[in-house]
Amino acid sequence: MNALVAPVSAFGSLWRSAPVSAKVGIVIVFLWIFIGLFAGVIAPYGETEVVGSVWQEWSAETMLGTDQLGRDLLTRIIYGARNTIFIALLTTVLSFFIGITSGFMAAALGGWTDQLLSRIVDILLSIPILIFSLMLLSVLGTSVPVLIIVLAMLDSTRVFRLARSVSMDIVVMDYVEVARLRGEKLWWIMRREILPNAVAPLIAEFGLRFCFVFLLISALSFLGLGLQPPTADWGSMVRENAGAISFGILTPLIPALAIASLTIGVNLVVDWMLHKTSGLRDEV
Amino acid sequence: MVGQRLLFGAITLLAVSIIIASSVELLPGDVATAILGQAATPETVAALRKQLGLDLPFYQRYGEWLWNFLQGDMGISLTNERPVAPQVGERFANTLLLAALAAAVAVPLSLALGILAAIYRGGWFDKLISSSTLIAISTPEFLVGYIVIAIFAVELGWFPPLATLRHDISFLERIYVMLLPCITLALVVMAHMMRLTRAAIINLLASPYIEMARLKGVGTARLIVYHALPNALSPIITVIVLNLAYLIVGVVVVEVVFVYPGLGQLLVDSVSARNLPVVQASCLIFAGTYVSLNLLADIFSALANPRLRHPR
Repeated sequence: MNALVAPVSAFGSLWRSAPVSAKVGIVIVFLWIFIGLFAGVIAPYGETEVVGSVWQEWSAETMLGTDQLGRDLLTRIIYGARNTIFIALLTTVLSFFIGITSGFMAAALGGWTDQLLSRIVDILLSIPILIFSLMLLSVLGTSVPVLIIVLAMLDSTRVFRLARSVSMDIVVMDYVEVARLRGEKLWWIMRREILPNAVAPLIAEFGLRFCFVFLLISALSFLGLGLQPPTADWGSMVRENAGAISFGILTPLIPALAIASLTIGVNLVVDWMLHKTSGLRDEV
Repeated sequence: MVGQRLLFGAITLLAVSIIIASSVELLPGDVATAILGQAATPETVAALRKQLGLDLPFYQRYGEWLWNFLQGDMGISLTNERPVAPQVGERFANTLLLAALAAAVAVPLSLALGILAAIYRGGWFDKLISSSTLIAISTPEFLVGYIVIAIFAVELGWFPPLATLRHDISFLERIYVMLLPCITLALVVMAHMMRLTRAAIINLLASPYIEMARLKGVGTARLIVYHALPNALSPIITVIVLNLAYLIVGVVVVEVVFVYPGLGQLLVDSVSARNLPVVQASCLIFAGTYVSLNLLADIFSALANPRLRHPR
């Protein structure tokens, strides 16, 4: 019983200490996660089910109207939450795994490993990530696994930088030295000595990177190079319905607003976390 | 000092070109099979490989590609079989015009607003600026674009919703057509620029010498112009140039929203058509511009800061 109560009450006290902006952010993020998780239960229609004619008005049956093929827009938004958030999350997790592992390794091993990895990352960083991903997608083709791997690889260069600089200060600590003398292997040192002490800045960075990846995937989908139809996805929905805007129909704005709401929510939470962990004044 | 940075920039550009050239090698099979498709006979594939020079080793092909590129020969487009360079050149000129116009609007506005927000820090003006920049940063470029279209083109009917350029229009008409994408792009970069300018000035205003100037009774205007700005110059220049680099990338999405015939639009079309010579050329130009702007930021901020200008 206690195992259940403790996190709940911890969350309660965290919730009470949060400023209004962070509360708004938390509610938005949880709402979208909930919608994404239970998409199949909440959605009134099937993901690709045609329910009416093209670009219908808002009504009791189709609460946000219909899209360019007569599918229910609300249903598409709900399934889009699941698809888009899931893929962005997976990409960010993979990116962090690659970035943290290589960053810690560069810091822990030092010497030419560090030099080599840092120089490679420097060069990769000098190409804008959108341009680089367009380049790679044109060569490898657009499929979901390719998208996730390419973006994770490119994004991990940004994580590498942070992970390396954070762990640089940790590897010179006495306890790491002790672990080394004790004969612990590299993996142990990275996982048990460095990681626990680098978690705080990395978590806030995770939120920021997630926003970045999420916007990037949405932009690629909007350009027609991300998730492919008929999968519901917010970026592609904007693209597919873009034509409606010249008739004064605001359908393409709805998925775009969904994208913005999620990133604003995450940013609000991250702002508050940065504020809290660093004890910072109100800048940055 | 500057020479060293230039050298580093040149090395980066070279490395970028190697990456772009070699990423084609990732292609399962090679370009020849990709062009001809699965049904091609081994003989036709071999013939095309020879024609494209794919039978040569990579370093030789790369050297030739780069040498030709520097001389303005970017190869032949796979879709319409015309030389790439003139198409890319025209599109790039359009993109530069759009970016320059957006920068001309965004830079002075965001500097002024950023500095004002820093001066009246904590006041309602600052809060307004801070929250609107947070929202703008979290907003995808296409949302801004479509909102701008919905308001100015559809509701008010002041501007055309799409920025398609015809060849026979005058320069003024061209600017008129480009205003909406320009506003969109400016709004997107302004958020970043204001945020960074504000942070740079606030950092500076916290330093002891500003406190001293304030205590001895220097007025706000004089304090900002004579005491704060000379030291803020270096970070502000960095902010501006970095955002110009960002603008070069943000332009891709905005061009697609407004169907503006720029390099970004061409790049996106070529990626879907897997027209590799055009993709390579456009990527190299985008990356080259980005690297050069970053290099400029480095050099300018060094020139604006005496401590960096005369390293010990």
